[in-house]
Amino acid sequence: MMQIPCPFCGPRNESEFSFGGPVKPPRPDPLTVSDEDWTAWLTQVPNPLGPVQEQWWHVRGCGTWLSIWRDTRTHEIVEAPDDGR
Amino acid sequence: MTQRYSALSLLRHGINRHTTWAPAWRSPPLKDSYDVIVIGAGGHGLATAYYLAKEHGLTNVAVLERGWLGGGNIARNTITIRSNYMRDASIPFYVKSVALYEAMTRELNFNMMHSKRSMIDVIQNYPMMRDRRRRQHIMDIYGSTYEQISEVEVRRRIPALTGGGPDARLPVVGGYVHTDAAINRHDAVAWGYARAIDSMGGEIHQQTPVTQLLRGADGRIEGVDTPRGVIRAPKVAVAVSGHTTTLTETVGLKLPLRTMNLTAFVSEPVKPLVDVIVNCPDAGFYLSQSDKGSLVIGGAPDPGQSFRRDIKQTVFEDTVSAMLSLFPSFKKLKFLRQWGGHLDIAHDASPIQDETDVPGLFVTAGWWGGYKAIPAGGLTLAHLVATGRPHPLMESFTINRFRHLDYVMETGTTTAR
Repeated sequence: MMQIPCPFCGPRNESEFSFGGPVKPPRPDPLTVSDEDWTAWLTQVPNPLGPVQEQWWHVRGCGTWLSIWRDTRTHEIVEAPDDGR
Repeated sequence: MTQRYSALSLLRHGINRHTTWAPAWRSPPLKDSYDVIVIGAGGHGLATAYYLAKEHGLTNVAVLERGWLGGGNIARNTITIRSNYMRDASIPFYVKSVALYEAMTRELNFNMMHSKRSMIDVIQNYPMMRDRRRRQHIMDIYGSTYEQISEVEVRRRIPALTGGGPDARLPVVGGYVHTDAAINRHDAVAWGYARAIDSMGGEIHQQTPVTQLLRGADGRIEGVDTPRGVIRAPKVAVAVSGHTTTLTETVGLKLPLRTMNLTAFVSEPVKPLVDVIVNCPDAGFYLSQSDKGSLVIGGAPDPGQSFRRDIKQTVFEDTVSAMLSLFPSFKKLKFLRQWGGHLDIAHDASPIQDETDVPGLFVTAGWWGGYKAIPAGGLTLAHLVATGRPHPLMESFTINRFRHLDYVMETGTTTAR
């Protein structure tokens, strides 16, 4: 089972977490952004054979949200939580 | 000319101890150019090549397959054929696909072991009941079938369903029956199409992975690069399921697709026990019993994007515990094997079938549970590739719908939640 490093609780089983979706770049201002960039922000996420950044919620633990970089080929966590954001 | 399969031919070759059967398809030498290249000899790629030859007379076509015929997602699914979708744009397409499947054995002269057996949704929640009723009203318009039944009737039709009683956390409140639903034999679909393509002059090249799409100086697609050399074609169709973005990014295209892993597992064979497809949207699993007697069981997709074709322990445990809540007697079953298939899901959970910004490059992607869509998906993509215009059944599923924010939100996919 995947072990996700919680900034408060340390590495915990994936079953304690709920998946929170991919991390998206900041929302652009729809009034000034180009149509192309706006629809890209709304509909596209990176889909690499490699690391993706995503959010997890330690819902059956301390309740914090955190983000990790996880490799989509191996489930290896290549970068641990930033600051528990 | 391909030899027809019949009782008589079985007898004739049987007399010769089955040593005289001709190969069902050739392995011709790879040419350096074709009129159309189809990437991926899965269900959608093969169906596309089949309809290019049959409906449009295009036979200078190569289907390129990374692995072996019938070894991709066509072998990594739960062979469920159905048309109980929600959107006006989706239902007619799936109704057509179910009809094409029903005619496939005769059309391809290959026994698909098609078994029309109904799907019963076991409902444990009134909001879900309302959702099904809403779907029923839309499906009625387009000739699909959905019918409400009582809890008593659900239990009469599925005797093994002994859980979900009045004391359960989620008691069974009723069901919905989709009588068009069927299962068939996935290998036969791949082999039947391959044999038909070959007999009409098309070529299938296994062990030929495409490493890169090639774009000419004018911006048009020029061909593909493979370890067996560059192959040129003015039209290239990408039908590679989860790896769509991996390929299209080689010509700088971005698509609103995420790759997910969807898993299933089978039990040891047991005597006939369940004769319908059971779908439990509230508990979060579905199952059917194969002709061999195994229960074929599926659940939710893995959380997050994944290119791993395996099963996660968490998903397996969730699915099994959900199943045991309704089928407690299955606790004694032993499991034989499990698999995962990676597929891509679009932003609105509906498929994308369109010519891309690279002229001559076509994609068919976002098939969440694409097995049921194979024949109609091939029919419509062949129409688009041959004529340059979308097939009427696929008009809504363009790439441009994301540019116009004209989504086709589809929650008719069983496990996309």
